[in-house]
Amino acid sequence: MKKWGFLGLAAALTLAACGGSTDTASDGGPGTSGGASRLQTVLSRGQLICGVDGGIPGFSFVDESGAYSGLDVEVCRAVAAALFDDPNAVEFRRLDSTERFTALSGGEVDMLSRNTTWTISRDTSVGMEFAPTTFYDGQGMMVRVDSGITDLEDFAGRAVCVETGTTTELNLTDQMRRLGVEFEPVVFQDADAAYAAYDEGRCEGITSDKSQLIARRSTLPNPDEHTLLEVTMSKEPLGPLTVNNDSAWFDVVKWVTFGLIQAEEFGITSENVEEFLGSDDPNIARFLGEEGTLGTDMGLPNDFMYRVVTHVGNYGEIYERNLGSESEFNLERGLNDLWTNGGLLYAPPFR
Amino acid sequence: MTTTTSGSFSAGPPAGAKIGPIAWARKHLFSDWFNSLLTLIIVSVLGFAGFRLITWAFIQAQWLLIPNNIGLLMSGTYPSNQYWRIWTLLGVVCTLAGLSWGIIARNLSRLFSPWVLGGIAVVSAFFVVFPATRPSSMILLPMVAIVAVMAWVGRLVGRKLAIAGQLISLLWFVSYFVALWLIGGGLGLRTISTNDWGGLVLTLFTAISGIALSFPLGMILALGRRSELPVVRWLATAYIELVRGVPLVALLFMGQVMIPLFLPEGARPDRVVRAIIALSLFSAAYLAENVRAGLQAVPRGQQEAAASLGLNTPLTLTLIVLPQALKIAIPAIVGQFISLFQDTTLLAIVGLAELLGMGRSVLANPAYLGRYAEMYLFLGIIYWVFCYAMSLGSRKLEQKLNTTH
Repeated sequence: MKKWGFLGLAAALTLAACGGSTDTASDGGPGTSGGASRLQTVLSRGQLICGVDGGIPGFSFVDESGAYSGLDVEVCRAVAAALFDDPNAVEFRRLDSTERFTALSGGEVDMLSRNTTWTISRDTSVGMEFAPTTFYDGQGMMVRVDSGITDLEDFAGRAVCVETGTTTELNLTDQMRRLGVEFEPVVFQDADAAYAAYDEGRCEGITSDKSQLIARRSTLPNPDEHTLLEVTMSKEPLGPLTVNNDSAWFDVVKWVTFGLIQAEEFGITSENVEEFLGSDDPNIARFLGEEGTLGTDMGLPNDFMYRVVTHVGNYGEIYERNLGSESEFNLERGLNDLWTNGGLLYAPPFR
Repeated sequence: MTTTTSGSFSAGPPAGAKIGPIAWARKHLFSDWFNSLLTLIIVSVLGFAGFRLITWAFIQAQWLLIPNNIGLLMSGTYPSNQYWRIWTLLGVVCTLAGLSWGIIARNLSRLFSPWVLGGIAVVSAFFVVFPATRPSSMILLPMVAIVAVMAWVGRLVGRKLAIAGQLISLLWFVSYFVALWLIGGGLGLRTISTNDWGGLVLTLFTAISGIALSFPLGMILALGRRSELPVVRWLATAYIELVRGVPLVALLFMGQVMIPLFLPEGARPDRVVRAIIALSLFSAAYLAENVRAGLQAVPRGQQEAAASLGLNTPLTLTLIVLPQALKIAIPAIVGQFISLFQDTTLLAIVGLAELLGMGRSVLANPAYLGRYAEMYLFLGIIYWVFCYAMSLGSRKLEQKLNTTH
């Protein structure tokens, strides 16, 4: 018994060494071996396996009925709705940030929708394929409304709470140096301690990703007394991703995500989607699968976007439900608005 | 054990000494001005902290998140129409617990002493009053009754049947597989993926599996380390030293991250199984050292006596050495089990929704943002209850097995 235990461990260590080296060499991983697309695997399984975090306010959490919800979760549900006409045909895997990429490249999950920032190294050397961004996050700054601070220049000689060891601290000093503002950083090891210090008034501003600041603001004693500055100090585009070298599957995830945005642009919501059936507009007829072969060309039913919008809604609805006016956070659309409204969301044409 | 000799001098109060709470307080708390000052400071600090805690707990804290999410915390995202399976499992466990209690206490003159009756009353009252358990009190109260009735049955059976002890051990062993079947499904029940196991059920399942697997493994490793065959000894020593030199988190991450890299899809063990294996392998190395300490405490004469009686090595081990060694090592072994139970919280880091991980998910619900203190206090109490129960059990076991005179 002990021999086996030891041998097993030795084998594990040896294999681990090999596994580490092959991982960087091949960018596909087992998920793409054999030539068959993951799309076929998912369709024959009848269920999508989606990697989420499971503990980020507004993005993924478990509600009282035991169902996963949040913006990240609804993107998974949209893909499941497109594939199976059932937003619940999805199994959520909780993944830690360190294991998310290996879980994806190892084929343990079909896609990730887990607050992952799109960066060049993740797209290339880590071997990921990023679908369109579903949430443009960025480093922001929270201040008290009555402090009179409106932009970063006002921080001259004032204290800012910041978590140490993150890129947040670096971004802040870079920004301030560029602006030539002499400020006083108050550094914390732990996020809870940083927000407590801000609450006690030890610093006049606190900086972190905007979505996190919004979530934290609602935990402060008087949330209305605090506001976020307009300034964005770093780019954090978050979106779903799949593994490299599997275009058929990546296309599905990519175009379902684009479809959510396009549906909002067309003004199609889960409530009025029936009215758009039989529309004279050929663009909408193609989008909902009444004309053309957009869906079948991709290996999906032709009405895949009709399914998505009926079950999940368009991007605007998802946003408002989880982060916007219908949620506790009441986060403005900002960058996450359609390009026609001054935001960054832009879907290529469906034709 | 003989009492220390100093005890005999202070038997009975000296003549003229006052007894009673006031005299006690004067003697121990206010003997001179310095002690009085110290007492006042400590009492005021404790009183202030206690007052703050109580005002927080009863006025500021919003406890609603616990009863609203109690299903999640207890069994994770387990489908609610299958909850009856968890309840059935609890019923089985209560039955067995009651029977075991009755059998262990078969020689006591009274099974339901005032203390035990009081305990049952307190637990029942708690189930009725405590908001988190109130909706389920119609199920929880019969569970308490099952334990009590089964204790009575177990006592009768234990007096009639000599092998009742072995029988109940066998039943516990079988119940593990019944639990596996009830939770996981199959054989006529709907299969529930381990992905939906969670909360306290997952915590207990991983902890119990880890304990059950690591104990025999640890015992074998301990014997191996003391073996006279050099290869066996080296292998056992190397395993123990290797595993003790690696943090548990690293082992867990290796299980969750590396195994998928070098095993083909479909041939991979389940995530929960991987976690249990990592926990058991880790715990076994520590247990081995605890057992080895016990083995070394058994006098060499015992082994020689056994040899002179003509017992071979396996018989010497199983009849003479191990029973004594394990008895000596009980406190250390139970300590290791308690820490294994607490180590299951690390599974939250590798993405398993055990009690702590489920708590984190509930806290991410926008409706309960910022209710950290309530949630973690509640979780802390749950962990404490189970750990304290384990240490209480080990103390009873020690008393029962105590044969020193």
